[in-house]
Amino acid sequence: MLVLLGILVVVAGFAARLNPLLTIVVAALVTGVLAAVVAGADAAGLWRAGVDTLALFGKAFNDNRYFHITWLVLPVIGLLEREGLQERARMLIGRVRAATAGRLLLVYLLIRQATSALGLTSLGGHPQMVRPLVAPMAEGAAEKDQGEISDETRFRIRGMAAATDNIGLFFGEDIFIAIGSIVLIVGFLEQAGIKVEALHVSLWAIPTAIAAFVVHGVRLWFFDRTLKAVAAKGGEV
Amino acid sequence: MITLDHAYVLVGLMFLAFAVLTALDRSHPTRIRNTLFWGLIAVSMLFGAKLGGLGNGVLVLALVALGATGKMGVAKPATTGPEERVERAERRGNALFLPALIIPVVAVGGTLAAKYTDAGKWLIGPTQTTLIALGLGCLIAFFAAVAWLRPPVSAPAQEGRRLMDSIGWAALLPQMLASLGAVFLASDVGGVVGQAVTSVIPLTTPLLAVIAYCVGMALFTIVMGNAFAAFPVMTAAIGLPLVVHQFGGDPAIVCAIGMLAGFCGTLLTPMAANFNVVPANLLDLPDRNAAFNGVIRAQAPTAAVMLLVNIGLMYALAFRF
Repeated sequence: MLVLLGILVVVAGFAARLNPLLTIVVAALVTGVLAAVVAGADAAGLWRAGVDTLALFGKAFNDNRYFHITWLVLPVIGLLEREGLQERARMLIGRVRAATAGRLLLVYLLIRQATSALGLTSLGGHPQMVRPLVAPMAEGAAEKDQGEISDETRFRIRGMAAATDNIGLFFGEDIFIAIGSIVLIVGFLEQAGIKVEALHVSLWAIPTAIAAFVVHGVRLWFFDRTLKAVAAKGGEV
Repeated sequence: MITLDHAYVLVGLMFLAFAVLTALDRSHPTRIRNTLFWGLIAVSMLFGAKLGGLGNGVLVLALVALGATGKMGVAKPATTGPEERVERAERRGNALFLPALIIPVVAVGGTLAAKYTDAGKWLIGPTQTTLIALGLGCLIAFFAAVAWLRPPVSAPAQEGRRLMDSIGWAALLPQMLASLGAVFLASDVGGVVGQAVTSVIPLTTPLLAVIAYCVGMALFTIVMGNAFAAFPVMTAAIGLPLVVHQFGGDPAIVCAIGMLAGFCGTLLTPMAANFNVVPANLLDLPDRNAAFNGVIRAQAPTAAVMLLVNIGLMYALAFRF
């Protein structure tokens, strides 16, 4: 039971609004040292357990460096933004007469979910798609639809743009058989002595995918109305 | 063949450029802190494999000390103003989208090529293919943009540094959580959670077991920031022994929907930095430092409904097929 204190450290650190990086390192060290306590280590053994845990954490940290490859998009996106990429996205959508923020995001949800289901998850994403293109387009559509928009409305639109990218990705990608989560499920079950086909697992992600499109789609369908209500009241709704 | 190691060198050089430019930037609000932070990430990318476990652990402690003991400011390098950008956008036209589109096209095309063609297999290494292809796409888009736009030499690194600063220490969070997951795994936290849950809550009917598994997936994902970390723990604790073995649920259905219940948790947690905190920073949301920022609040209603839907679907499908 003692090793569960590591989880408790994460929860407590979060509740106390400590920096998550600090919380994570402390949780890792607490877990590693307490595992040694459970095993009945003496004082020297505890120090060794702490050092070993740090080394284990460091090795895993090094193995997981690939997260940073995504940041390679930043110089390109920054360079294009310098030349007016966001402004161009706004102009483009301003010409589409039927465009509103809600409808635009609904179309994006459909595209994001469908392409993710085909395994094309890298078509979207926050640094390369949402910040430079989707959010400015949604803002441009709202400006065309409603005229000048308040900062409050602008931030609501940006939040919803990011949310729509995430939801489309999460509830689309599992339909693709070669995605990480499906590989993890198949591998986990195999270790437990249960053989399942990846295709069989991904098939059962479809009902949830359809439900997610309906649920978030309905919210986006009413999003323009929500924005107008926000504008009318001049604040929170 | 292009492998992860080549991509790491490229990323390392980029962070090195960020660090050097930050060091030279006298107007930076937290010049030394940011220089060291991006500099240490450059060290990790360039030399991490040579540092060994403990060396990397000490590197992590230094990064945490830098990121956690004070604010990380955002650089304001000279760039184009709002009017200038509108004027340039009109002049450049829709061709401005092309370099941005090169990135996903090469990422997807490269992934498919590496899987299905001999040339692709020869060009791109077999592990983390998509990320290598993504890096390749960035490189091609970068040269295309520079050749066409002819910006000042330092502009790409300066603009990249501005965006990287706005992301700040959150850039490190996914990697840190994955490492914490490794420590949890080594200490068998999963097995202990399983014993604890089953001894405290009497899961006597299929519905109760399904609810405990789905809600457990969501909650543990909220703590760990990642459904992948929650899945082995909660499935070994409740999913397999109870929902599958005791009540006869279909393992493929239980696991597929259980994972998606975990994703509902991802939508609700600031620990999932790359999905919920990074975009709030990139979009300059005023509440980006709050626990439940604008992105999470926009997601919360959908996530709550979808958790109920997943419980309903698992209960309706797992015992029937």
